[in-house]
Amino acid sequence: MTPAISITGLTRRYRDQFALNDVSLDLEAGSITGLLGRNGAGKTTLLRILAGQEFPSTGSVQVLGAGPAENEAVLRRTVFVREDQTYPDFAVRHALRAASWWYPNWDAELADELQAAFELPAGRAIKKLSRGMRSALGITIGLAARAEVTMFDEPYAGLDAVARHLFYDRLLADYAEQPRTVLLSTHLIDEAAGLLERVVLLDRGRVVLQANADELRGSVTRVSGHALAVAEFIGGRPVWERRRVASQESVVLVGALSEADHVRARTLHLNLEPLTLQQVVVHAAGTPEAGIQLRTSA
Amino acid sequence: MAGLDEGTPLFVQIAERLAEDIADGGLAEGARVPSTNELAAYYQINPATAAKGINMLAADGLLEKRRGIGMFVAAGARNRLLEDRRKRFAERHINPLVAEASRLGIDADELIALIQKSVHTGEGVAV
Repeated sequence: MTPAISITGLTRRYRDQFALNDVSLDLEAGSITGLLGRNGAGKTTLLRILAGQEFPSTGSVQVLGAGPAENEAVLRRTVFVREDQTYPDFAVRHALRAASWWYPNWDAELADELQAAFELPAGRAIKKLSRGMRSALGITIGLAARAEVTMFDEPYAGLDAVARHLFYDRLLADYAEQPRTVLLSTHLIDEAAGLLERVVLLDRGRVVLQANADELRGSVTRVSGHALAVAEFIGGRPVWERRRVASQESVVLVGALSEADHVRARTLHLNLEPLTLQQVVVHAAGTPEAGIQLRTSA
Repeated sequence: MAGLDEGTPLFVQIAERLAEDIADGGLAEGARVPSTNELAAYYQINPATAAKGINMLAADGLLEKRRGIGMFVAAGARNRLLEDRRKRFAERHINPLVAEASRLGIDADELIALIQKSVHTGEGVAV
């Protein structure tokens, strides 16, 4: 399959600071990918480059088969909703109308539905909207655009949990109806985890992990118990963290466990606790070789 | 993610839930299985993940595809699942029970007596 997004050796430098450092990444058409990482990891820079709003220092970026910068044909098939998106000085309905002219696949019915669901006041000036309402407007545009490449960068500033779940529900429903390439940057990994088919983890401008989200579940386990038993159980396998108090030790073990491992853990009186996607990501973000370890131990 | 746990692959859990439903008779043989999108919406998970769960059961022959309509529970699926559970009964339930009993110093006769008591009073009977 041809990738919807193809990035090769992408570096973005601001003076002597690397925002992105030799990033290579292919995203298949028709998938939802979570773009994860700490603040300053390079997520927004990457999305801005994909949306043609910023230029690479070196390397190449292809969106739908062509470079996105100043390429109207690509940009009309791409939507990018930023955290704290700013709009010109006009009303909600004008922003929606402008979007409907720009995006060839615009779904007016869906836009109306979302506007009603988020209780967005059509006549209100955007600058008078609350932060949450501005986010809701961005989400409405991002979904109704039905763009082949749909990118959300922390789209829910100021939205409460109910409104965020509305976003997840609508994203899934509309994605099911019309699959597209969705890239979602988020800190709320626990909430969004189920939506993601793939995850890409950035750390200090580099990709430290890219994997199928479901394959990460159960691939890292916290092993705790008597230190001697833990040591016997772990052997030479890779670990991400060791904590110790008195004779008790707790170790984060990388790699899926076999049936035999579970039996052995029981005989050694060890406690096994699989890490959630969110916990895997938190640990991996501090481990430059995380991706390699997960791959080799799988 | 309606009741799914985050430490196990979601597609495995989807497959297990469906298998459980089939074994318990909630999904009768010949019944239509919820579609990928229905499962995705209910559990709030990626449709590809839901599809992987369904396909796992289909590959096992527990579900069968009817072109254009969807997935259905295959004939004999329930018996196969129950047979499988019976085979694993000792490994899953008896072995841990015996191990814990020996840890507590409960001998075989005592253990058997306890099981008989539980059967007679109906305390351990599934509702």
